[in-house]
Amino acid sequence: MFKSLKIRLAITAVVCLVAVYFLVPTFVAQIPSPLDRYFPKDKIHLGLDLQGGMHLILEVDADKALESMMERTAGDLKESLMENRIRFRNVEKAKGAAITMELSEASGKSALEKILNEQFSDLEITSSAPREGGQLITLGVKNKRAADLKKLTVEHSVETIRNRVDQFGVAEPEIIPEGENRIMVQLPGIKDPERAKNLIGKTALLEFKLVDEENSLDEALRGNVPEGSVVAYGAREDRASGQRGQVPYLLKNKTLLTGASLETAKVQISDRFGEPHVSMKFNSQGAADFDRITNENVRKRLAIVLDGVVHSAPVIQERISGGQAQITGNFTMEEARDLAIVLRAGALPAPVNILEERTVGPSLGSDSIRQGIMATLIGFFLVVVFMFIYYRLSGLVADSVLILNVIVLLGILAGFKATLTLPGIAGIVLVIGMAVDANVLIFERIREELRLGKPPRAAIDAGYSKAFVTILDSNVTTLIAALFLFAFGTGPVKGFALTLSIGIVVSVFTAVFVTRIIFDYFIWNRSISRISV
Amino acid sequence: MEFIKPGTHFDFVGKMKIALGISAALIIISILSVVLRGGLNFGIDFAGGTIIQVKFSKAAPADAIRNAFAGINVGDAIIQEIGENEVIVRTNQPMTKELQVKVAEAMTGQFGAGAYEIRRIEFVGPKVGRDLTNKAILSIVFAWIGMLIYIAWRFEFRYGLGAIIALIHDTIITIGALSLLNKEFTLVIVAALLTIIGYSINDTIVVFDRIRENRKKDLKKSLAEIINPSVNETLSRTILTAFTVILVLLSLFFLGGPVIHDFAFALLVGVVIGTYSSIFIASPIVLAFENIQISKGKRKK
Repeated sequence: MFKSLKIRLAITAVVCLVAVYFLVPTFVAQIPSPLDRYFPKDKIHLGLDLQGGMHLILEVDADKALESMMERTAGDLKESLMENRIRFRNVEKAKGAAITMELSEASGKSALEKILNEQFSDLEITSSAPREGGQLITLGVKNKRAADLKKLTVEHSVETIRNRVDQFGVAEPEIIPEGENRIMVQLPGIKDPERAKNLIGKTALLEFKLVDEENSLDEALRGNVPEGSVVAYGAREDRASGQRGQVPYLLKNKTLLTGASLETAKVQISDRFGEPHVSMKFNSQGAADFDRITNENVRKRLAIVLDGVVHSAPVIQERISGGQAQITGNFTMEEARDLAIVLRAGALPAPVNILEERTVGPSLGSDSIRQGIMATLIGFFLVVVFMFIYYRLSGLVADSVLILNVIVLLGILAGFKATLTLPGIAGIVLVIGMAVDANVLIFERIREELRLGKPPRAAIDAGYSKAFVTILDSNVTTLIAALFLFAFGTGPVKGFALTLSIGIVVSVFTAVFVTRIIFDYFIWNRSISRISV
Repeated sequence: MEFIKPGTHFDFVGKMKIALGISAALIIISILSVVLRGGLNFGIDFAGGTIIQVKFSKAAPADAIRNAFAGINVGDAIIQEIGENEVIVRTNQPMTKELQVKVAEAMTGQFGAGAYEIRRIEFVGPKVGRDLTNKAILSIVFAWIGMLIYIAWRFEFRYGLGAIIALIHDTIITIGALSLLNKEFTLVIVAALLTIIGYSINDTIVVFDRIRENRKKDLKKSLAEIINPSVNETLSRTILTAFTVILVLLSLFFLGGPVIHDFAFALLVGVVIGTYSSIFIASPIVLAFENIQISKGKRKK
């Protein structure tokens, strides 16, 4: 009897010590120097609702990525057809991710199929119909390939966002793909959520395009946009009045160079006005291209377009070697810094939309912590006092293991680096109320057995063994509910399910296993005539 | 100390009809309330929209806040006071940069810069709202089914049925209470409902367990004769546990802050209803199923 008691005591002691070990960094602000090597570094991880921060669910518009790929492909396909002398009338990107074309000769179709097989293996003919001696053909992306491309787009987006967030400087960010095309972003302790949102959500597609100076801009604005050109706008701010306006540009469709050719970008302060601008350095291929482009187009205007907005369209004075360029505009220091970050991190392969946003300020978080701790302490106090009044010394036994329960619960949270949220704290409070249930079951049983006239020792034995089945069944079902909550819940609610589940499991250990040790210890080798229950 | 004196013999089975009548009335009131209000008052988690929590450094009357918002064409904004100089503004509009700028300008115009602090912004788009709704419904239904399977395995199928009907009963009445008081139905409330399911089943099982045990003791007695003493024997524990849980819930309700407030309220209602259903509803339903089975058996003979 005593031997097994020793073993059980040892198990309890080990569990306690391990829990306390993991809690040391949470409760000791600064572990003295020689000791700190022996303790874990992580405090209990607080959810965004407690420490403040931003939670975003982004949706990657992967269809857009597919569409822009088709747009580029349509151009390449046209060139291929010409090279292979296949006569066609029209090749253009249709709605969605499709290309429509008209072949002038009926024999063109097999020639087209050959080209597709050799050079455009992603594409397939989705429909074809004879028309005026030729063929009307629609091309689409192969299903499997489209799925792959979408997946790649999401992966690439996650990578890009992670780069941007890292460069922005956020401690412990979380960027996790979710489901098919969603990305969850969690940024703890962010001070300026609006700025962070801009930084993450900006597509940052940088393009260099020539200004179309052969055709009339006015004519284009009237609706007669010449083939191969497009109207784009730039923002203009009147320095004197501060009014914002738009400046139209007529640009050539063809993109000469994109942000993908950049090696780096950084903020610089211009000498003349002391205004910040972003200076870019191309990689070697980009520098060579830029050298060629500027050489071929001296005295023409080259527009720098970011996400469809023209930032500037300077005249190329001379051939530019060395691969340097700059973006000027009315930037604040912050804007320039953020632009440099997104250019360095690269463009998102597709636009992203914010589906869900939850931002909590730090002051609300600390209020929540304060209120949570208060509710826990008061709830704990009420239960402890009540148990003592109702069950006397046995109640005290239940109370002491209740403390143990909370310590082990927190220790597990810290040890497994789980996140504590405000509903999670509510879960702990609820566990305090529910954990004594096991002891109530046992004590009520003991009372019943005593009333039947059993001696105390036998009553304790019978009480524990009979109550155990009930405790097991009732806790398993509660656990089932908590686990479903964990599986389906999101964010803070998950935190609640977590503390509740852990608390339930721990409570069976403390309320059944540990209290039995205490009882056994007191009745061991001692003849007792009554127990205080 | 004892709440329930040993040897209490309350005739729960005899009161079954009254209890079923009360429950039926509560369920009808709940459903009526939801229907008459045109559905539940869904929070942004499910309905989509934006909430902005603002704290003012000095007293800010709701009218002034409403004025500030009226000026920026957020006409559908609902303003709810949640504490000292603190409000939650809710609108169906998505949180865009323009909306944020407009809100900031309007607030500064009305109260002056620095007189307020935006403490929380939550925006849920319609797509996510639909997903969350599906998840919430699925989690509750799966929890019910999970319970049914576990109890059917550990006890008998009709015990599982009795427990599940009691759980559905608890869920409907709790939702009804929230609807009557026009409380917002949020994700946190779903968490509360699942907790109530877990709590109520826990309670019910303790009673079932005693029925199972007493049946083994005396195989001659009919189920009806066993249920009453079993419920009575566990009554003390049922009341006690409900009491300790209510103690901590009251602590959460009064001290836990605005986010936890409604959560604690739902749980309080649910614990009371769950305790009631474990005593008055779950076991009588098992009995009713037994009676049906017996009468079917007789007819066959």
